[in-house]
Formats: sequence, C-alpha cells, structure tokens
Amino acid sequence: MSRHKLVKALDLDEELDDFDGGTEPGYDDEVSADDKEQLRLGTIKVRDILGEDAGIPDKEIEDSLWHYYYDIDKTVNYLLSQKTNSQPKKSKKKKAGDREAKATDFFKDSPWLNILKERCGEILIEPLYPRGGLLGGSSKQDGAPKSKLAALAAARKKKENQILEDGQNATSSVALLDKLGAKSRRSKADTRSSSSSLNPQSVPSGQPKNIQTRKYPIRKPQNEDVSPAEPSAEAAPAAPGPLPSSELEVKPEVTPAATPSVFARTIFGTPAKSHEPVFQSADSYVSQASESHTEFNFAGPSPDDIVTKAQNTKGSAPKAAKQLAPLANGNKSVNGVTQGVSEVDIEDTKIRGKNLDVLAEFEKSKPKNAANFVVIGHVDAGKSTLMGRLLYDLKVVDQRTLDKYRKESERLGKGSFALAWVLDQGTEERNRGVTIDIAMNKFETENTSFTILDAPGHRDFIPNMIAGASQADFAVLVIDASTGNFESGLKGQTKEHALLVRSMGVQRIVIAINKLDTVQWSQDRFDEISQQVSAFLTSAGFLSKNLAFVPCAGLTGDNIVRKADDPKASWYLGPPLISLLESSEPVTRALEKPLRLTIDDIFRGGVQNPLSVSGRLDSGNVQIGDTVLVMPAKEAGAIKGLEVDSDPVEWAVAGQNVILHLAEIDAKYLKSGDVICPPSAPIQCVTSFKVKVLAFEHIIPMHCEVHKGRLHALGRVTQLIAQLDKASGAAIKGKKPRLIKPGSVARVVVEVDDPVPLEQGGRVILRAGGETVGAGLVE
Amino acid sequence: MRLIKQSIDRDGSGSITLFPEEPEDMWFAYNLIRPGDLLKASAVRRVTTESATGSTSSTRVHITLLISVEKLDFDTQSAQLHVSGRIVEETKYTKVGQFHTLDLELNRNFNIEKKEGWDSVARNLVKEACDPVKSADVWAVIMQEGLAHLAILTGHRTVLRQKVEMTVPKKRGMGRQGDHDKALEKFFQTTMDTLLRQLDLTENKPILLASPGFVAQAFLRHVLETATRTGNKALLAQKSNFVVSHSASGYLHSLNEVLQTPEVLARLKDTKYAKETRLMNDFMDLLFKDDGRAAYGPGEVEQAVEKGAVGRGGGILLISDSLFRSQDVGVRRRWVSLVDKVRETEGGEVRVLSSTHESGKQLEGLGGIAAMLTFPLEYLDEDEEEEDLMPNGDINGIKS
Repeated sequence: MSRHKLVKALDLDEELDDFDGGTEPGYDDEVSADDKEQLRLGTIKVRDILGEDAGIPDKEIEDSLWHYYYDIDKTVNYLLSQKTNSQPKKSKKKKAGDREAKATDFFKDSPWLNILKERCGEILIEPLYPRGGLLGGSSKQDGAPKSKLAALAAARKKKENQILEDGQNATSSVALLDKLGAKSRRSKADTRSSSSSLNPQSVPSGQPKNIQTRKYPIRKPQNEDVSPAEPSAEAAPAAPGPLPSSELEVKPEVTPAATPSVFARTIFGTPAKSHEPVFQSADSYVSQASESHTEFNFAGPSPDDIVTKAQNTKGSAPKAAKQLAPLANGNKSVNGVTQGVSEVDIEDTKIRGKNLDVLAEFEKSKPKNAANFVVIGHVDAGKSTLMGRLLYDLKVVDQRTLDKYRKESERLGKGSFALAWVLDQGTEERNRGVTIDIAMNKFETENTSFTILDAPGHRDFIPNMIAGASQADFAVLVIDASTGNFESGLKGQTKEHALLVRSMGVQRIVIAINKLDTVQWSQDRFDEISQQVSAFLTSAGFLSKNLAFVPCAGLTGDNIVRKADDPKASWYLGPPLISLLESSEPVTRALEKPLRLTIDDIFRGGVQNPLSVSGRLDSGNVQIGDTVLVMPAKEAGAIKGLEVDSDPVEWAVAGQNVILHLAEIDAKYLKSGDVICPPSAPIQCVTSFKVKVLAFEHIIPMHCEVHKGRLHALGRVTQLIAQLDKASGAAIKGKKPRLIKPGSVARVVVEVDDPVPLEQGGRVILRAGGETVGAGLVE
Repeated sequence: MRLIKQSIDRDGSGSITLFPEEPEDMWFAYNLIRPGDLLKASAVRRVTTESATGSTSSTRVHITLLISVEKLDFDTQSAQLHVSGRIVEETKYTKVGQFHTLDLELNRNFNIEKKEGWDSVARNLVKEACDPVKSADVWAVIMQEGLAHLAILTGHRTVLRQKVEMTVPKKRGMGRQGDHDKALEKFFQTTMDTLLRQLDLTENKPILLASPGFVAQAFLRHVLETATRTGNKALLAQKSNFVVSHSASGYLHSLNEVLQTPEVLARLKDTKYAKETRLMNDFMDLLFKDDGRAAYGPGEVEQAVEKGAVGRGGGILLISDSLFRSQDVGVRRRWVSLVDKVRETEGGEVRVLSSTHESGKQLEGLGGIAAMLTFPLEYLDEDEEEEDLMPNGDINGIKS
C-alpha cells in the first residue's frame, strides 16, 4: 500500500514539532488542571484563552473538557489544534471540510509552509497526529501518539528554551511560553497519572484492538515518558535533554524562527493570511488521507461515540494499563519514544477495532432465529431442484433469472435442471447435471433466517458433503419416491448421508419424499417409504419425535411453500416443507468459548480484500480488528473486515456463516480446513489421537482419510485399543479387538502425517477407499 | 541385475557378484545387503599425502575396496544406494579400519559376502532380481481438486515423485464461478508442467490418471488441449497411453483402488504390484469374513504357523520385505526361519510384498505380516495379549 510507504517515509519529528510547537505551549500557563467540578469554570477559562479565536461553541468546549477530564490545557490544546488543523477532532470525517478552510486561513502566511511540494507528502503524517492529539490528550494509553508528541514537544521545547534563553530576544515570548508550557505539561502529566484509571477507558476508542499486545507496551512508554522528559526540561533548561534525533533538534530552531507558534499567534493576534496556498494543498491532502482512514476504519459510530462507549465500559482497560506500566518504564529515552511514535503511527494506518463487547452487542441485537440446514440424499434425488424451487417460490430467485437458466439448460438438453441451476453454479456441475460442491444460499421467513447447504449426492463428493453437514443444525433428507430409485438410494447415499449427519451431531431431520408426482401421489408409496426410512433412521439413532415426513414434488413445487394443488395429493393434511423447516428449534451456541472457525474456503474477496476466508463460527465470537491465529500454520493475522451473509458487520458470533477479510498474513499459510482461533487460546494440532469410533465398515489397522468439516488429512488407524459397549460406552473386557465390525463402537488410535487442528470432542469421519468406514469423537 | 558369479557353500557361506543394470536393481541391493556383510566394490577415494616438507597434496584414486557394512542409505527418489563401513582389506592407499562409504553404481560389479550365510530369503531375492522379465513401469497421477500426487510404479516400488497442492476456491454463487475455474485451470497447468518435468516423453509407458468425480477427465482434456495448442507432438503421441480411472481420493493410497479397475488391470495384469494388490485384497476379504481364517500381526501369525495353519492347500504367508531389512540380525533370522518353516516344512506359500507399494503399506499397517490360514483359528491371540511386544501396526515404525 502506497500510503503505508508514505507514512513510513515521513519525517515524524518534523511534523510533530510543527504541531506541538504551534499549539501546545500556548495555553499551558493560563490554567492548571485541578478539580473536575469546574466544567463550567473550565469552559469560561477556555473561552478566555480562546477568546480571540472564537467560533468554538460552548458545547464543544464542554465536550472536550469532559473528554479531557476537565484538563483545561488539554482541552484548549485540543480545541486549538482542532481549529488549526481544520478541527479534525470530533469526527474527522465530519469536520474535514471546515478544518481545511480554517487551517489554511490560519497558516496562510507561514513561509515554511511555502516550501516544496514534496513536503506535502511528508505532511501526510498529519492525519495521524490529529488523531493522536485527540486521543492522546484524553487518555493515557490511547494517547500514545499524542503523549509521544507531547514528549517530543517537551524535548523540543527544552531545546528551544535553551536556545532562547541563551540570549535571544525576538522569540522570547515563544520561549517563555514554551517554558511555561513545559511546566504546565508536567502538571498535566501528574493529573493524567492521577486520573489514569479514567483515561484508559478511552483506549479502545478508535484504537486497533488487534494490535493491543504489541501496541500497549509501545504506547505506554510514551506516556511514561511524558513526565520524565518534561521535568528534566524544566529543571535543567540549559542542558539539552535527550533529543529524539538530529532532525528534531534542527526543527525547533526553524519553527519558531519561521512562524510564530500557534500560541503566539493566539496571543498576539491572528496572523495575516499569507500561508494559505501551500498549506491548503497539504491540508487537503491530509484531510483526504484522514478521510480515507476514517472511512476505512470507522464504519459505524463516530470517534466521540466510541469514546463515550469506552468511558462507559471502563472495566478492563485500567487493568491493562497497570499490566503494561512496568514495561513502559523501561523505555525512557526519547529516542525510544520517537521510534515508538513511528511504529504506532504505522500501525495506526492498519486495522482499527472497536473492542466491542460482542456478547453484549449480540444480546442487544435481538437476533432472528438462524438455522443452517444441510440437504442430503442419494444422487439425483432432486435435492438441488427442491431447493431451487424453494428459493424460487420464496422469491429469493426472480423469474427472470430462472427463465435464463431454463433457456440455457434447455440448450444443453437438460431442461429439468433449470431449478437446480439456482444452486449448481459451477460450470462442471451444470454440464454434468450433478452437484459437486456444497452450495450455500440464504432465505428468510418471518421468524427465522435460513442457510441452505445443498450437499452433493454423488458418492465421490462425500467429502464435500461432510464439509457442508458439519455446518448444519438440522438436515433435510430428500428421497426419490419413484419406483426403484428409492430402493437404490436407501442402499446408497441415503443411508450413508443419514448416518454421517447423525454422527456429526445433527439431531433433527426433515424427510422430504420427493417426486411423488411421478407415482401419482400414491399414499401407499409414501407410507411405505416413510415406514422404511423411519425404521432405518431410528436405528441410526434419531429419535422418532425428531423426524418429520412430507410428500412433495420439487419440480412442480407441490407441498414445498404452498400446499399441493393436485387433488390426488389431498390425503396429505400436514404442513408443507417450509413450515416444517420453520418449526426447527433455535440452537444453543457456544458463544462463551474461545473462537473457532474452520476455514471452508479461501478466496479473493474483492479488490480491497485480496485474502478472504469463509466458514462457520463453531464457537466464540470475532470482531473487526481482532488478531487471530491460523492453525496449524501458527501464523497470526488481523481481521480487517467481516461479513455475515454478505453484509458487512462489526462482529460475529458462533453459529453465523462469516467471511473474514484478513490482513497481515500471507495466503500460503492458509488451507481450507485450517482453524482460526485466538492467539490466547490456540487450538492444539495433533498427529496422533484417540477416537471413539462407530464403525460403518470393517476397521482394521489401515490407511484412511480423516475428515472434519473441510479438513481432510491422510492418516491411518494404528491401534485398536478396545471394543466398547454400545450402550454404556465402557470398554469390553477381554482381548484386544483385531477387527472392528460394522455397527460396533470401538476406541482406536489414529495417526496423521501432518499435524491437524483437532480438539477433544471434535467429530471426525474416517474414510477409506471411497467409503465411510467410521465416524467418531476425538477423545 | 545380472548374476556374474556365485559361490555359495552348502552351509550358506560364500559370495555373490552382481551387476546392476537399472535403478530398480539398487532397491534389490538395498534389500540384499545387511550390516555385517562384506561388500567389495569400486570406489573413488581421495588420498592425502604429506611430503617431507609438510605440504599436503590430495589425489583421487580409483580403487576397489572391501568393507564390512555398517549402515545402508537408500535414496528412493534417485535410487542410489550408499553403503558405509570399515575397510577390512588393506590397499596401497588405505589402511584396515578406515571408514569408507561406497556408492554403488550402475553397470559396475559388486561382490557380497555374507557373514551370516545366504539364507533362503536372500537367495530368493537374488533369483528374483536376476529374473530377466522386466516389469512395466507405470506413471500414476492421483488427483482431486487442488491436490495431485505423481508417482511412478515400478515392479517393486511405488515412488512418489511429486505432490502438487494448491488452493482452489470453492464455488461462490452467482457470477463468482470465474475464480474457481481460473484456479482449477492453474492447478491443471501446474500439475501438467510437473508431470512433463518428470516424464520422459520418448518412453512409452502408461500414464494413469485417477480422481474422484471428473477431475481426471478434465485434466486429460486440459493436457490434450494444451498439447494441441502448443503443438507438442511428443505429448500428443502419448495420447493413447493415458488411462483415466476412478479413485476415491487424491491421496496415494487410493492407488490400490485404481489398480483394481478393469481398464487398468487389462494393461498391468501380470505386474508384481497388480498381483500384490490382488493378494492383499483377498486377504482383506477373508479378514472381513471374520471366520478366523485370517491372521495378522507378528504374534498371531507365528502362532498360526506354529499350529500348522499356514500349510498346504491355501495357506499363504504375506510378509513385507521391510521385516528382512531389520538392522538386528536376530530379528531378521526370526522372520527368515518363519518363512523357511512355511515354505519347507508346512508347504504353504510365501509372498514377500514390497513395502513401498500401497499393498505393502497396507500390510505394514497390519504389522508387516499376515497369513491366510487353511483352517480357522478362533482363539488366536487370547494368551498372546501380555507378551505381544508389537501391537497392531507397531512395526510400521510408527512409534519412532
């Protein structure tokens, strides 16, 4: 990103100097921050100070005072800087416009601003400064940039003082102010530390939450530095304090000489308007930059809102500050600070999180019931067509699209596949008329928002079906009622799919007996099929109360959204398919557990998001700005964007199908099936694990593939530890089993070649030779 | 491999001189030479001489060395065998006791003298190695979307030459199919490039393409289209060598399934691996019947042999050649005597399976040894439990 480059290239010290030199010294001497009672008083004082500048409404002053905790010089500083900087403070986005105008006015005649155009690039940093200025004034941690600036300013001031006191006349007022500024700054620092419990509250505001761990330590030192640096400035004005860099030293000399500081100007009258042109360009650049920042990072509430929110949720922040304090002490040199500033600023350009309490947000949002269901069944049972019909009847797919599909499919001689094409988007899928991969679609009814996972029925694509079923809350089993097809299906994937979804934890299953129109809506056929299927499913471990049967016809749409209009189907009095879907109970979600997301797909999410992953949140929650760890690569990345059902959101919780736009991680570390987890609670990667397995086929020590959602890995069963009692789960005493027969339960050891992220309680499927040999629970 | 000279006494001691002709023969040599053997082969050794003034000069000399083998190292990819040991015969340049690593070379004789004597397994191996019937090599590409394994099957080995793994985005609904198709195309192209790098197009070997679903077909289409487009005549000439088949997954162990499909079997019927695969399947079938006529694992099989169940009339002992490669002489002797017993005393059949073929790996999973019995033994492993030092699959080196 070119902007990052600019930021890196930019000469921070210089920029910062200009600013602080201009603004800070000014008001410091007037007021010292003491009691918080004095909001009103403070306002008056501030007004006093700002008198000439005017144009700042009381409201704003009060706001600032509030944010700065009645710290008047900060407030003044802030207001002033806001003013000088085209008032970026409240919400940069909002104020960009007038800020530009005012600032330009202000600096109109500043010759140093008249310099080369290239400087504009450097000035780019300014978006960072105002931000820092705003936040820094208000909060300890968050103020990182600001307090650094303050430190820098102090150092610079010291220098100035020194120079000035050494016998300069012209700028003596500036020097004096500087000195005073340093003093009051110290008191400010004291105030700050006394109110440190408050300040950190605002940390989260606008700060990239994800960088916290890295950032705080850096940021904190700055805060700490403020105090050490300043007193020394005052105490030993003659001795040059530790200056960040040679540039910093140079600049102070230049600034006062060239331009009266903002303060000076405030005091001695508003300067003439001669600086304008250059600064304008610079400033417009700035505002542009900051705008883009804002757009990028502050999708929702304005910074003010955030600050307020942060203040309301003080709880955790002070603790963090405390923890970080020791670290901070170590890093005292101004040099370190400078470094810190640059780092922080660079990071600032990246992702900002809001540090939301996602669970609270989730509670607040009063979510609609959400349910994912997987559509399973034998190949050609009409799964895709049924779902296509459902979507069409619910107007999720419009007539025009369908007409297009119809025309295209007829051209391929597959007219009856038009509805299936709603879900089968793949080129190969359409040419072959077979679903290959899971198709995900959404629709909503009054109470519930559904996600369809249309699984492929062909046995070759069972791995894909497993991936889909692992995301499902319940299942719709589609059965082809036409003569012969039901029978072959029951032996085939009808059975395998049903067993698979059961062993993946699906409890509830809706059985759609499809294509009943081909058997003239024969009730006998329906009953016969329901009986057989019911018997089978109960034996597979489904409770009969969790089974629901519905006769339907996907192609014509009978008993799907509307009741069948064929008189021959009048014997069926139950509800259509859609009502059965709606009666699904909301599922409880593991919101409190650590984040787990199994990557379903890795793709390019668009121009802005070169790397995106999709998947379902198995547990926990996630929000923009979070740092996440990708296992088994053990690579950290940051979340710069979130989508739930293709709508951009701030956060997501377990159970939702999300798209994460990732940053700071390379695509090569990602593989579908990997697990995204928080760095604090990473999932373990194992190469050998015990599984309590239900055998579908014979199990002996052998090669197999281990499937868990999208994850598939080559492995082998290495040991058969014990045969287990089916009912109690206790190991059957006696000899070690040498063969696990289909239908029995056993404990086996599975080893995989490469480490796979698996947790206890994870449900895995073992397959070999194109057959599912077993399904089990990791122990 | 050609047998140049053989002088084995009745007690089994003696030496054999062999002439390796092709890389496959190195695999035989690897199985034949054991630590402790005396190996004589030509070597290039760097000799450093120090002059009276203290300056040194080193020269390379071509000499024939006799070493006592201590370690073998076989490189499966390049089929090179390095044998290291101590020199036991003094030459002009070397002293006894110095170390040397012999790199056995094709088309150069080497001579093996066995300390432990030539047991039946070793002699059979020599016989098999010198069998002039050449097995057909076959290329196999086992693939699924985003994953491909390129392997070459030779008579006695399956060598994975390359694995291609790429991320192919899944379908993403309306209008987003392009990403998937593009990535798939790229995956095919990469696989094809990799294959062409491995393949010698002047040879006429079958190339198996296998996958679940339609990936293999699509890949073949891609290969032929690309060849036509680029005018790659050599590749187009291979067209008839491509065999598309079905496999359950893109992993190499699906090769087993591929080797059973009729179209493949028709081409590869009498190759060793096809036979081994069939044998292994027969065993699995028997095992799944669970009528006690299949035994696996060292303890179980030894017991079965003891009881005479692996005898005339259908008793077959399947044993992986890795068991004979044991560094421990005692272990090797244990298996050799078992084999001898089945073959000579019991009259059963013994099949030594290559541990690199998929069927061999399957067998290794079962402990490297299995047997089809002539009569059921239900009580097989009951008293075996405690002293069974090698639990199922342990011999596979899995624990290490």
